[in-house]
Amino acid sequence: MRILCCVKRVAAPGAKINVTDDGLAVDATHLGFATSPHEECGVEEAVQLTERHGGEVTVLTLGPPEAADQLRYAASVGAHHGVLVATDGSAWDPQRTAAALTEAIQDLEAADGPFDLLVFGNESADSGGFQVGVRVAYALGRPIVNGIKGIEADFESGDGEVRARREIDGGFEVYELPMPAAVGVKEGINLPRYPTMRGRLASKKLEIAEVASEAESGGQSLVRLHRPREAVTETVVLGNGPEAAPAVVDMLEELGVL
Amino acid sequence: MLLVVLENDRGSMDEAAREALTFGRGLAAQMGMPLHGALIGADDAEMVSEAGAYGAEAVYTVAHEVLADFGPEAWGEAAAELVRRLGPGAVLAGGSERGNEVMAQAAARLDLPLVANCIGVQPDEGAGEWTMTRQQWGGSLLEDAKLVSELPMMTTGLHAVAAKPSESAVEPVAEAVEVDLDQSLARTMVKDRVVLEAGVTLSTAPVVIGGGRGVGSAEAFAPLEELAAMLGGRVGCSRAVTNNGWRPHSDQVGQTGTRITPEIYIASGISGAIQHWVGAKASKHILAINIDPEANMVVKADWAVIADLHEVIPAITEEIKRRRA
Repeated sequence: MRILCCVKRVAAPGAKINVTDDGLAVDATHLGFATSPHEECGVEEAVQLTERHGGEVTVLTLGPPEAADQLRYAASVGAHHGVLVATDGSAWDPQRTAAALTEAIQDLEAADGPFDLLVFGNESADSGGFQVGVRVAYALGRPIVNGIKGIEADFESGDGEVRARREIDGGFEVYELPMPAAVGVKEGINLPRYPTMRGRLASKKLEIAEVASEAESGGQSLVRLHRPREAVTETVVLGNGPEAAPAVVDMLEELGVL
Repeated sequence: MLLVVLENDRGSMDEAAREALTFGRGLAAQMGMPLHGALIGADDAEMVSEAGAYGAEAVYTVAHEVLADFGPEAWGEAAAELVRRLGPGAVLAGGSERGNEVMAQAAARLDLPLVANCIGVQPDEGAGEWTMTRQQWGGSLLEDAKLVSELPMMTTGLHAVAAKPSESAVEPVAEAVEVDLDQSLARTMVKDRVVLEAGVTLSTAPVVIGGGRGVGSAEAFAPLEELAAMLGGRVGCSRAVTNNGWRPHSDQVGQTGTRITPEIYIASGISGAIQHWVGAKASKHILAINIDPEANMVVKADWAVIADLHEVIPAITEEIKRRRA
């Protein structure tokens, strides 16, 4: 069972998000970095699948050299191999990113055989282009469905199907994808584990394969990031403590929701 | 024409499609093009008329065996095929989960760029260059992007524009388009649907009672449940809560959870990180309950109660019971 997970290194903002002076990136001076949430769950799902069915997880990322941190993090929670498509850290457009990842996956498959399952995040937390996984899967001829919050697979048979659940309002849809397949997963598919001390130590020894890409830019390019103008709300304080309850209920009455 | 791919499911049009038509109407006027719609997998007179009410002058319907239920590959190929046949000047869809997915499939098949979640578009003035403003970080940050493409393909940020019928609506011309779709495209079609809960859901609830880290435990959500039930609403929560395993992820309001649009959102014990705010901001009104008057959620709310939610929520419930008695 061979699973490939694509992950993206993103800033980890709290209450505010600032932009660098040149407007080309998020100012991460006071922020940490993390794996984009959907993809962190993708790694966890892949690791769980191999724990159940055997096999190995390869984690692939495209980004600056520091994105190796995200590969090591994945290794600390159970991934087996890490591959970095190195960039200069500038924002790559979705077409270029997809072309570079496609090429990297083709090379990995040419060397070690096909992956049974490709796992992408539904969309990245930062640029949110909603398309890289779809483009890669299309280029590789694999079926892909996005929004997946549950995976069951019959890996023993080797040519089985992936049963995937997609959350919809008040329930879920079921898809049956013939393997080799691809999925775009969403947070909530699982609760990712924390690395153990042993996992952390092992991840330090992870050999990261670094590859270069000559993929050409696509049609979309970043000009400038800026914060939206938000309507300034004058917050009306209805009270302090439980004594505010009547004022709250008055307000609910006025809104007609009682 | 400016072609809007209209998201629909089992005979009804999605709100995202109405938003896309509303957005597209302005853009089509700016570009001096008619607004046309495409209904994939549906040949439904009511939906055709509804598209007309939002300004579509013509609606193309595509029915096929592999479009019998939703499937991203078949729907994406159908959209791509419509583009090849009709040669539109621009293609647009609502930025819902399906909308973005179908457009990504179509763009991949046409080998064209796709600009997702746009909130503003400056059409090309002949040089083949477009300027778009699009959402990053779920809308917490905006990106001005340049697009160079023979055909601009885009989606509109979900709930970034409110759907509004056209003032000069006409009954659109409906045209069924025959497309040749390969049977293999059915491999990603929905096989089954399971309904877990009937009635009001988090995304449709008129009232949402949200709880954050400040609630403290899974058990401590009981008073929020009681209040939500009294108001015909639903309980939502922040990412901290689902990460702690206190509530299922399907209750999460946020960038990686559900975008809610209630009449009122009562956010209790929630600091208001951008991850959460993205999911909450389309609420029509917000009441924040927090012990910290400087909390981001309090600052952004319409109303606030500066207090311990464990005291205030039961007090609100009691007050409602008293008035109803």
